[in-house]
Amino acid sequence: MATFQFDFVGPERTLYSGQVDAVQLPGIEGEMTVLAGHAPVLTALKVGVITIAEAGHTGKRVLVRGGFADIGPDAVTVIAERANPFEEISQESLDRDIAALELQRDATEDYAKRDEIEGQITQIRDAKVALTY
Amino acid sequence: MPSLKDLRNRIASVKGTQKITKAMQMVAAAKLRRAQTAAESGRPYAEKMATVLGNLAANLVQGTEGPRLLSGTGSDRTHLLVVCTADRGLCGAFNSSIGRMARDHARRLLAEGRTVKIVTVGKKGYDLLRREFRDLIIENRDIRGTRPVDYDFASEIADSIIARFDAGEFDVATLFYSRFRSVISQIPTAQQLIPAELPTAGERPAGAGDGAVMEFEPSEEAILTTLLPRNLTVQVYRALLENAASEQGARMGAMDSATRNAGEMIKKQTQIYNRTRQAMITKELIEIISGAEAL
Repeated sequence: MATFQFDFVGPERTLYSGQVDAVQLPGIEGEMTVLAGHAPVLTALKVGVITIAEAGHTGKRVLVRGGFADIGPDAVTVIAERANPFEEISQESLDRDIAALELQRDATEDYAKRDEIEGQITQIRDAKVALTY
Repeated sequence: MPSLKDLRNRIASVKGTQKITKAMQMVAAAKLRRAQTAAESGRPYAEKMATVLGNLAANLVQGTEGPRLLSGTGSDRTHLLVVCTADRGLCGAFNSSIGRMARDHARRLLAEGRTVKIVTVGKKGYDLLRREFRDLIIENRDIRGTRPVDYDFASEIADSIIARFDAGEFDVATLFYSRFRSVISQIPTAQQLIPAELPTAGERPAGAGDGAVMEFEPSEEAILTTLLPRNLTVQVYRALLENAASEQGARMGAMDSATRNAGEMIKKQTQIYNRTRQAMITKELIEIISGAEAL
C-alpha cells in the first residue's frame, strides 16, 4: 500500500512525523479518511479524534481540538491548536475541560458564542465516548 | 591604608558574591537548556503555519480585499508597540537592548507625528519605558513567575491585541523581542504583526501539488479569518519562547563575566592583604631590633 508523509504539529511540540498508510481526520464538514494521492485540500478541523494508521500497526489516536489540515497528494500536515494523544487523557481530564467550557458558556451573554461553546462541549462528550473503545 | 581586618572582610564579601554569581550562572545554564528545547520544539509549528498561510495568501485573488488582519486598515496613523522583555534583571544587556530598540522606534514614530501606544509584557520592559512614555503605555502584563511559557498566555496576549485592533485602537502593530541565535548572541528584533507579514509563496512543501487547484473546506476566506488570529498567537508565542531562551543565555553570559571579575578582584585584594601583612611584620621587627640596639 502506498504511504505518504504525515506531519502533525502542536504549538508546543511535534506530535507525529512519519510515513503512514492512512489518516482519519475530523474535518469541519465531516469526517474524512485520507489515503496517498489525495487531491489538495485545505480544511479546518473540529474537535475530534485523528486516527493515524501506520504501516503494520493498528493505529494511534489523538484527540484534537481545532486546527487545520493541509492535504496534498503525498504529504499531509495537520496544524493543531490543542492536541492530546489518547495515552495522555482520561475521563477525568475531559470532565475538567467540559466544566471549564460550561463556566465560559455561562459567563458570556453573546448567543453566537454560546452556541459555539455548546458545540465544543458536545464534541468533547463525543470524544469521551470514543475514549471508552 | 586599610587595616588587615578591613581587607579580610572585603575579600570574604567578594567571595560570597562570587558564589552567588556562580550559582546563578549554573541555574541559568540549566534553564537555558530547557528553554532552548522548548523554542526548538515550537519551531515546526510556526514554520508549517507560515507555509500554509503563504499558500493561502498566494491563492487569494489579486486585487480583492483580504481580511483586515492581513491587509491592514489602509492607514498608519496609530502604531501599537508590543514590547516583550523579562520579569527579572541581572541578565546583561538583554532587557535594555530590547527597551532601547522600542524606545528608538517610538521616538521616530512620534517625530513623524504618528500616535503611539505601547503594551509591555514583562516587568522590566515596563520599568524601562515608564519614565519616557508613561502616558502611552496602555497595558502592562507580567510574565507569571518562572514557569515555562505556555501557549495559553501567548493566546491571551494575542486575543487582547486583536480585540484592540477590532475596536479600531490602532492601525499597525509591531512586536519587539530578542531572537536567540546562540548563548553569546541575542538579537533584539522588531517584527510587524498587523498587517501580517507573510513569507513569499513559492516555497510550497514538496508534493503539495504545484499548480494544482486547491480546495477549501469551508471557504478560503473562512479559513483565512480563523487562521490569521491563530498565526498572531503563534508569533507571540514564538517571541516569548525566543525571549525566554535569550534571557537565560544573556544571564549566563553576564554571570560568567561577573564570576570572572570577582575572581580577579579576590586575587588583587589578596595580594594587597599579603603585602600589608608583610609590611607590618617588617615594621614590628625593625621596632624590636632598634629597641634592642638602643640598650
